[in-house]
Amino acid sequence: MVEITDIFEIKDFSIYYGDFMAVKNITLNIEANKITAIIGPSGCGKSTLLRSLNRMNDLILSSRVEGQVLFQGVDIYHKDTDVIELRRRVGMVFQKPNPFPSSVYENVAYGPKIRGVKRRSQLDEVVENALVRADLWEEVKDKLNESGLSLSGGQMQRLCIARSLAQQPEVLLFDEPTSALDPISTANIENLLQELQKTITIVIVTHNMQQAARISNYTVFMYLGELIEFGDTDTIFVNPQNKLTEEYITGRFG
Amino acid sequence: MAIFDEELKALREKVLKLGYMVEDAIRDSVKSLVERDSALAREVIKGDHLINALEVKIDEECIRLIALRQPVARDLRFITTTMKITTDLERMGDLAENICERALELNEKPQLKPFVNIPRMAEITQSMVRDALDAFVTGCSQLPYEVIKRDDEVDDLTVRNFEELLPLMIQDSKIIPLALKRTYVAKYLERIADHATNIAEMVIYMCKGKLIRHMEISE
Repeated sequence: MVEITDIFEIKDFSIYYGDFMAVKNITLNIEANKITAIIGPSGCGKSTLLRSLNRMNDLILSSRVEGQVLFQGVDIYHKDTDVIELRRRVGMVFQKPNPFPSSVYENVAYGPKIRGVKRRSQLDEVVENALVRADLWEEVKDKLNESGLSLSGGQMQRLCIARSLAQQPEVLLFDEPTSALDPISTANIENLLQELQKTITIVIVTHNMQQAARISNYTVFMYLGELIEFGDTDTIFVNPQNKLTEEYITGRFG
Repeated sequence: MAIFDEELKALREKVLKLGYMVEDAIRDSVKSLVERDSALAREVIKGDHLINALEVKIDEECIRLIALRQPVARDLRFITTTMKITTDLERMGDLAENICERALELNEKPQLKPFVNIPRMAEITQSMVRDALDAFVTGCSQLPYEVIKRDDEVDDLTVRNFEELLPLMIQDSKIIPLALKRTYVAKYLERIADHATNIAEMVIYMCKGKLIRHMEISE
């Protein structure tokens, strides 16, 4: 029997920006080695919820949280949490590709170097490995010393994914990773996510409903900070149980 | 109203139009038999291509909407239901045509005995078609479940029709060709009722998102 493991358990979780409650009392489990998509209109709190999973929200001074987020059973908002280690294990890729202004090689080697990997041969291996997993190696193996910023948009995004993978994360969070890309680059990233899903848990925020339908196993629909519906992506797109979900995904919202 | 909503409304109206054409064909086919009206039978046969043409048009429209609008949730269920029930309606049209063909043959010979079971079957079958389409248009109610239940009555009448003709055929083998043709007509009606049942099942799917085909109805 296959045991279902929930890598994240989000319990009665709320996020405030000052007095504003951006995420309202959400309870949700994220299954390991699956792709969970979070959809909802702008301002519904989906990116805020995503960023809370590796405490990126800490960087916004007015933010505070209530409730719990357990990552493999451990509360990540506990005062003893090593946030740097958390962000290594739970990586993030953003909407706009944001390589460091350095070479392709250095972009990927940066994390391992900081973690103390010094031997060149070992670094080479980690870099190649990450670029292969990000499906970028064949395209950049002859220009590892060129600037990461010289790549195409789709390549830059895969470079950012490789940079995250070099940290050997268990989870990758994606915040609209293809909204700045053309359909071909988007398809590449989508294929890549489905490949990565075999070894990594993926949570993706997307405005592209078809993207959620194409690649995710589970879909979360949020509205005004609340979790309206969570379920198998099949169910959400064929037979959603909530009227609001249906209105939103059929484009009849508001 | 958004363009997509207007397109869906237009599609629904086309299905209804197809439904009316098929209902007329069924009614006229049985009438041509019972009232021995061969001219009417020929008219129904002649009109079948219009049903076929509208079926194709509806299918094309569904495919276009799937490609361009990428429907999900209730829109997806509506469009897939439309594609399936359109096929059922077109098959009903063919069966009405078959009834007319048998009517033309039977009308040339003296009547074996007055029609009792077949008009009753036709009545129930037509009500099933009408109610199945009503359910498709008006949405979720008990109506499709009632349609499905009525199918049993039609099945029973098909058997009864055969059982009443059988001793006559045993008695006088010369009437077998005529009696068989009457048996065929009953069978055609029975199949029309099956198609109406399919429509009702798809309407339940459209409403509830659950396929109930090949299951015992509990509701």
